[in-house]
Amino acid sequence: MRAPDLLFNRSIPFVKWMLFIVTVLATVACSDQPWNSPYPPDQAGQNILYSSFASRPNHLDPARSYASNEVVFNGQIYEPPLQYHFLKRPYQLEPLTATRMPEAYYLDEAGQRLPDGAGEEEIAYSVYDIEIQKGIRYQPHPAFAKDKRGRYLYHALREQDLDSVTTLSDFHETGSRELVAADYVYQIKRLAHPRLNSPIFGLMSEYIVGLKDYAATLKQVLEEEGTEASQPRYLNLADYPLAGAQVLDRYRYRIKVRGKYPQFQYWLAMPFFAPLPWEADLFYSQPGMKERNITLDWYPVGTGPYMLTVNNPNRQMVLERNPNFRGELYPREGGPGDAQAGFLEDAGQRMPFIDKVVYSLEKEAIPTWNKFLQGYYDVSGISSDSFDQAVQIGSGGDIALTPEMRDKGIHLNTAVSTSIFYMGFNMLDPVVGGDSKRARLLRRALSIAMDYEEYISIFRNGRGIPAQSPLPPGIFGFIDGREGVNTYLYDWTAQGPQRKPIAEARRLLAEAGYPNGRNVATGKPLVLYFDTTGGTPDSSAQQNWIRKQFAKLDIQLQIRNTDYNRFQDKMLKGTAQIFQWGWNADYPDPENFLFLLYGKNGKVEHNGENAANYKNEEFDRLFEQMKNMKNGPGRQTVINRMVEILRKDAPWVFGFHPKDFVLYHDWYHNAKSNLMANNTLKYKRIDPQLRERQREAWNHPVVWPLGLILLLLVVSVIPAYIGYRRHERQQGRAVNS
Amino acid sequence: MLAYIIRRTLYAIPILIGVNLLTFVLFFVVNTPDDVARMHLGAKRVTPEAIEQWKQEHGYDQPLLYNRKASGVAKVTDTIFYNKSMRLFAFDFGSSDAGRDIGEDISQRMWPSLAIALPTLLIGLLVNISFSMLLAFFRGTYLDLSGVMLAVVLMSVSSLFYIIGGQYLFSKLLHLVPVSGYESGMQAWRFVLLPVAIGVFSGIGAGSRWYRTFFLEEVNRDYVRTARAKGLPEARLLFRHVLRNAMVPILTGIVVILPTLFMGSLIMESFFGIPGLGSYTIEAIQTQDFAIVRAMVFLGSVLYILGLLLTDISYTLVDPRIRLS
Repeated sequence: MRAPDLLFNRSIPFVKWMLFIVTVLATVACSDQPWNSPYPPDQAGQNILYSSFASRPNHLDPARSYASNEVVFNGQIYEPPLQYHFLKRPYQLEPLTATRMPEAYYLDEAGQRLPDGAGEEEIAYSVYDIEIQKGIRYQPHPAFAKDKRGRYLYHALREQDLDSVTTLSDFHETGSRELVAADYVYQIKRLAHPRLNSPIFGLMSEYIVGLKDYAATLKQVLEEEGTEASQPRYLNLADYPLAGAQVLDRYRYRIKVRGKYPQFQYWLAMPFFAPLPWEADLFYSQPGMKERNITLDWYPVGTGPYMLTVNNPNRQMVLERNPNFRGELYPREGGPGDAQAGFLEDAGQRMPFIDKVVYSLEKEAIPTWNKFLQGYYDVSGISSDSFDQAVQIGSGGDIALTPEMRDKGIHLNTAVSTSIFYMGFNMLDPVVGGDSKRARLLRRALSIAMDYEEYISIFRNGRGIPAQSPLPPGIFGFIDGREGVNTYLYDWTAQGPQRKPIAEARRLLAEAGYPNGRNVATGKPLVLYFDTTGGTPDSSAQQNWIRKQFAKLDIQLQIRNTDYNRFQDKMLKGTAQIFQWGWNADYPDPENFLFLLYGKNGKVEHNGENAANYKNEEFDRLFEQMKNMKNGPGRQTVINRMVEILRKDAPWVFGFHPKDFVLYHDWYHNAKSNLMANNTLKYKRIDPQLRERQREAWNHPVVWPLGLILLLLVVSVIPAYIGYRRHERQQGRAVNS
Repeated sequence: MLAYIIRRTLYAIPILIGVNLLTFVLFFVVNTPDDVARMHLGAKRVTPEAIEQWKQEHGYDQPLLYNRKASGVAKVTDTIFYNKSMRLFAFDFGSSDAGRDIGEDISQRMWPSLAIALPTLLIGLLVNISFSMLLAFFRGTYLDLSGVMLAVVLMSVSSLFYIIGGQYLFSKLLHLVPVSGYESGMQAWRFVLLPVAIGVFSGIGAGSRWYRTFFLEEVNRDYVRTARAKGLPEARLLFRHVLRNAMVPILTGIVVILPTLFMGSLIMESFFGIPGLGSYTIEAIQTQDFAIVRAMVFLGSVLYILGLLLTDISYTLVDPRIRLS
């Protein structure tokens, strides 16, 4: 009689487990959303954009953040005075929080205002007076929270007050206030804060009057106080005046820049020059905040359309609509073809359109791609692994989506990015460098041999265009078509530019004194050295390809592979011979590319960005002339001459300008690529209902294979059971006998 | 036993110092403090002054191991090694080079790692034991041979294949579970299901072959032969006697890895977007965040030593003949 009870009791956990599993499955089955949805059911149908990030942003403090994975967030939160027009090309600046575009006026050394059209030699300072709009308010933030008597609630916290605090949301009270000009000045001063290490401090201290001395003053103050360098310490920067940034009144401030620097206005469109309220600085500097990872680097405070409400870069970051955002209207004008492409459908509508943006951490390309195809991400890039699945390239080089993508209603956007990848020659090197005819011909021969058309085809799936000069399309000075071709390397044909034959490169090489890759004086083979980083299978294939290009001229190429740190060290010391590097534009001005070859930016001598250490007197003189000129025929003429000098001297093999491919679903609108602006999220619009329908259509769970697997398992147990029975019978017989 | 535990704990100190020193040397052979600073300051527009400032702020402006300019004990204590590594012994992990509190990060990220590792271990144990017992029961038959062959095949396949294949089959084709992602709380099971299933399946080959040898070793012992001669049914023999005795090496093998379950799986977490400690370590290596690398290596060493200690203790618990002295 006890056995059944025992059996029953033992089965209770099993029954409970089965009930649990059935309940869970029933819950999933009854849920409206597909089983494979990675999002909570309550988000279904909501106006939420889903995107991903591969690496967590290191800095969200606008004085520090510079990397592209950081401005993705900061661009939506912080508002500098200017921004790029979303639709117009070439890229144009327009006011964001400023009431109008600031016009610089000039002063002489004595501080006297110069008349318009004054000569550059007279200009000692440029002055920008910026007026901001009234009524702009910050996002809700505890730094602004006040009690009934108007005292700040969280400005004098003690360690014990933070006992129950782990994230910013643990501060229950929030407040806001109006944006004032002093906040912009405060942020400019922060660029010089010795503990912030702003990446643009070095550059800006050369321009903003008094910034270098300001940094020294702050450093001295901190040293006198003796606070540990790693500990945050609030300094009220308003107590320390800066000559180059001054508050004029509540809504106006002035920036004074040394000399003439027209490119400065581009910097005014970057988060470096966004406002920062002193309250936030004080709030985050309190003891115990840093230990809880509550810092300005983690929880930004801005006036922009979005605010960061979840910052868990281990998993997810969430931007939500800033309830205090003033509202901004979608542009009414665009470039040619924008109306036909539907980019003006929302003209005049109040932005932002999307309520919330969820960025999920995705370390690998394959899961990200699969989730995009399932409709769980709205936009996607294309990795090499999935390129063939997404894009087909016709025999004429025309690019189209595959039928599979078209059937899903996926669209493709392509744009040549404002960047360049180049192969540089160290001009300090005795073999490939210098201004001799021999070295110049050698470099030109190598430039012809490096077949970047092939490189783009093999390693970039056709995503790029060979560079004819340092200037990419979209930047003033770039010339398309026959006029823009580098005639040292290309011949113009009916099909467009055609790379010169290798025989021409061999001829140049022979003229340089290396017929068939041998030094005519010594008879020894020419051995060159290529310094690079990498070590992955991909990079090894690329290195082999480069070796083959040199071998076309019978030149032996030794690859000196190293990690990026060692590589940078070599570049700083000038011990590399040939190298590959790239540059991504800070702003759409030819100065931002041509300065990469300006003599006073030499890497070895001046620790600048001129990694080739190229120095040409005429080029340098023209650069100094060009950088302050306004775009127009005069500037174009100077740029043409500069480009001609570079083509002749060939300090770089002008590699290629990458092409960005972006895929997006049918429900995603206003997808026009803007490679300069980093605050484009507010322009985007989605149709969540269409997305919901598509997701459901694409993600019906297929259950029968599970049943099949179960059946197979049962079937496979049968022989085991038969074997067991047979074994038992045999054993029984053996015992009986 | 207490004396043994204290002795083993004391032995651990020089081991941990050695591990710390080795990590430190290996890291700084590859990277100088200047490299680390450059990595954190970004590739563009970094000035030598900014590098010096960053080093000063993060305590990398001192000599690495020996300070010639200092006097007395300060020759050793005024160094990067001493200042960065010694406080780990008080489990003060400090801040990452990016400024985050490492202890806080670890306490957050160990749970997702555990959510994958613990069910994988337990279910895997159950499946592997069942499968290997089945093979042991049918030892020498075609069933055993097929099972061993299957185990060898399963062992030979890369875990990456299981992950990508599993995601493709169950998420992309059958639409049963999310491809990747993570949610805490009750929603977590949807994201944990596939990684756990893949973890269990990919471990069947190695686990069942290993356990099979334990069972076969036990099956050939005298007490089993005696029990069989007395007419004990084979199934009862296996479950009652063989399993119990074979569990000694199995469990002690498990105990050693128990503490390290917190450390997570590097590839699995990366592909499934699990915000655990495995991906934390990988990220730190990629971003050259020495503070995190050092903390994770130290933590891993401590947990491994703890695992070994627990194994020794577990021997005494499962086998009363063993005495720790």
